[in-house]
Amino acid sequence: MNVSNSPLEQFELHRIIPLQIAGYDVSFTNSALLMSLSVVLSLSIMIFGGMSRQMVPGRLQSLAEMFYDFIAAMVRDNCGAHGAKYMPLVFSIFLFILSGNLLGLIPGSFTFTSHIIITFAMALAVFVMVTLLALARHGLHFFSFFLPAGVPWWMWWLIIPIEIVSYLSRPISLSVRLFVNMFAGHMLMNIVSGFAIGLAIYFGSVNVGLGVLAGAIPVLINVLLTLFEVLVALLQAYVFAILTSLYIKDALELH
Amino acid sequence: MIDLHSAKVIGAGLALIGMAGSGVGIGSIFAAYVSAVGRNPASARQVQGIAFLGFALTEAIALFAIGLALFIIYAA
Repeated sequence: MNVSNSPLEQFELHRIIPLQIAGYDVSFTNSALLMSLSVVLSLSIMIFGGMSRQMVPGRLQSLAEMFYDFIAAMVRDNCGAHGAKYMPLVFSIFLFILSGNLLGLIPGSFTFTSHIIITFAMALAVFVMVTLLALARHGLHFFSFFLPAGVPWWMWWLIIPIEIVSYLSRPISLSVRLFVNMFAGHMLMNIVSGFAIGLAIYFGSVNVGLGVLAGAIPVLINVLLTLFEVLVALLQAYVFAILTSLYIKDALELH
Repeated sequence: MIDLHSAKVIGAGLALIGMAGSGVGIGSIFAAYVSAVGRNPASARQVQGIAFLGFALTEAIALFAIGLALFIIYAA
């Protein structure tokens, strides 16, 4: 049993299978393990759910269909007229982040989305893809994106830099939103549960029953927090996916 | 003048004042949601999606403030 003194210890990486390739440390860490489990979980639900083709779907097929319909409707509404073909990308992003967030809520597990480098890699990949898409589709006309319609010429010196900075801040906000939600949530749960033993011992020296009661309060708060964290996990995966869809629409249609 | 750790803690406290705006924003979103569903109960499903999206985006600002406060204390 590991006794940790700092709420930051849950975010440490541990090498499960140490590996070195050409001097670079490419060990299989707990983060890599959770990412693999997340992929296996998402793939299993979609593959095994999609294998049965009953007209009245069973539970697993129903689950797969619900995920697919939800994201398909979102992509149809938000990706613009020519954006429906980006459904596989948005769906993969959604399922990967969702299963990652949810698997991290299992006690003793690790949330790989609570590391900024992971979320930044995903957000940067989306940003670069969307920018290249816009440049490929519109060429140099892409830069008219930074000048919204109907702006008087004497405001261009103000509006254009603001629009450029706002565009460049997209990968930062996208990654930091997911990272901080996961990081703050798990740290809060860690801190609250740390109070349980302390309170129990403190009040237990007076009266054992009072100690048990006092120690149960942080546990109850933790249960409610876990419920909230499940909502946050679902919501953040959805927000990442819908923002990806909106950026794709921006790239394809330039507002 | 003030030692570094105290200055960091004060800075983190000041950074968290920004969460007040997010509190107002989230209350505003759900006030609008309740008002919309009150006027047109049949639209509850549709408006709920937008309400939760708005909640997540506004919450992100509050969490940017928390993230910055944690950065100030632990990494700066």
